[in-house]
Amino acid sequence: MFESVLLAGFGGQGILSAGQLLAYAGTLAGKHVTWVPSYGAEMRGGTANCGVTISSRPISSPIVSEPEALMAMNRPSLEKFEQSVVSNGLIVVNSSLVNCKIARKDVQVMYISANKLAEELGNNKVAVNIVLGALIFLTQIVSLELAIESLGKVFPPRHQKLIALNQRALKAGAQFFDHLAKEKAG
Amino acid sequence: MAKVLMKGNEAFGEGAIRAGCRFYFGYPITPQSELAHFLAKRMPEVGGTFLQAESELASINMVFGAAGAGARAMTSSSGPGISLMQEGISFIACAELPCVIVNIMRGGPGLGNIAPVQSDYFQATRGGGHGDYRLIVLAPSSVQEIIDLIREAFDLAEKYLNPVLMLGDGLLGQMMEPMELNEEKNFFIPPRPWAASGRMGGPKRIINTLYIVPEEAEKHNLKLNQKYKKIEANEQRWENYQTEGAQLVLVAFGTAARICMGVVDYCRDQGLPVGLIRPITLWPFPVKAFDSILSLDTVHYFLSVEMSTGQMIEDVRLAVNGRRPVFFYGRYGGMLPVLTDVVKEVKKLLLEEEP
Repeated sequence: MFESVLLAGFGGQGILSAGQLLAYAGTLAGKHVTWVPSYGAEMRGGTANCGVTISSRPISSPIVSEPEALMAMNRPSLEKFEQSVVSNGLIVVNSSLVNCKIARKDVQVMYISANKLAEELGNNKVAVNIVLGALIFLTQIVSLELAIESLGKVFPPRHQKLIALNQRALKAGAQFFDHLAKEKAG
Repeated sequence: MAKVLMKGNEAFGEGAIRAGCRFYFGYPITPQSELAHFLAKRMPEVGGTFLQAESELASINMVFGAAGAGARAMTSSSGPGISLMQEGISFIACAELPCVIVNIMRGGPGLGNIAPVQSDYFQATRGGGHGDYRLIVLAPSSVQEIIDLIREAFDLAEKYLNPVLMLGDGLLGQMMEPMELNEEKNFFIPPRPWAASGRMGGPKRIINTLYIVPEEAEKHNLKLNQKYKKIEANEQRWENYQTEGAQLVLVAFGTAARICMGVVDYCRDQGLPVGLIRPITLWPFPVKAFDSILSLDTVHYFLSVEMSTGQMIEDVRLAVNGRRPVFFYGRYGGMLPVLTDVVKEVKKLLLEEEP
């Protein structure tokens, strides 16, 4: 059972919004949820991260210092948080921007070239939701349907036209590992 | 009712609107600025006034003016801004006017940083400004509690004609949690015989903060003190968490209390008899919580866990009054207590200290 996720990348990738999307989905599922952003003196292009906890029990500390799942959108974030993931945890790596392999053997690591997939969808900016879709598929922390339903909450009315694109991104991320699993099995 | 996901800072704003507050005056400072952002949008929707003042001094004096005219008014800031407001807060307390002030604490002293701390405890609970006065101080520890308590804050302010301070920290302000919105109060302000809103043929209404004759000033101080005694007797609020059978009782508020709940759960899973008293009113400090828990005789020690070098511990010691030893664990300057470190401290006390 996955309860705590750390989403990390660089400012501008949509990390905080992706975390909010996950938090809204958890809320719609009727779970206890906390979303905590890094809100230090951040700058554009610097690191950005947020911790999301989704649980059926009340959440005591909202701080995600030892995540069960890490979503690493670039190399500095991976280097910063790789060691914090719990043993037997999961790391989903955006291999478009991370050109190394993880040395740890006690965690499950999944690589997805999200920026390449995002370009195939026609917009590089949705890479974050491709990785989020993958993370949701791999952890089952919420259902993909609820994440899709939550898109309307995260995007302000003036950006409603982006919902369809991000819906495709979430699905593409989920399908990526679904296909991979089926190929292996088949 | 479906739950909505909201930031702590926004919940203060929405809660104030739902409590009938229609005047907000403030000046931006991290980590509370979302509160002002939110009300800048929301206040005009309900016909209220949002005003970004030129400084914190101006903000608090605008609150003073609006409250004096009988309005439900509030301001918010973080440590450095709250320090600037102290003169005005002292005046409002002297004039016996209701208002709500939110302090989302940040690292100090000085300009410090914007990380979460609890080091404005002394400032909040000892009055803060000059003169012999007290604020009612409420310390929520979740987004749900923010929206529930700010409503109570306005009620208490009006019941006792006294400023109420809500004390949070950067983490509480920035985090999002699902919460249930409480119903909107009818926007009704009862007749205020003290407000400087026109005498309507009645007696003169004077809002005064100058008592130049010591005999009169002493009478006024006595009157205020009688009010504070009444608040101390009637308004203590706290939550007991797993205190039954506890030998070691943690004492923590706000974010530190959230972390301590995790500590208690962890310890109880390991069979360690640990509980938590979470003060919700920091002034009046919930002395009754300690009296009732000490009457059970199971408690050997208290451990005050704070995001400061030790401020609330003085109130814990006054409440325990020598009946049991009181220990301290803290992190400072914007660092948060880590669950495993607090557990270590708990184990050390339970295993090494003679009861």
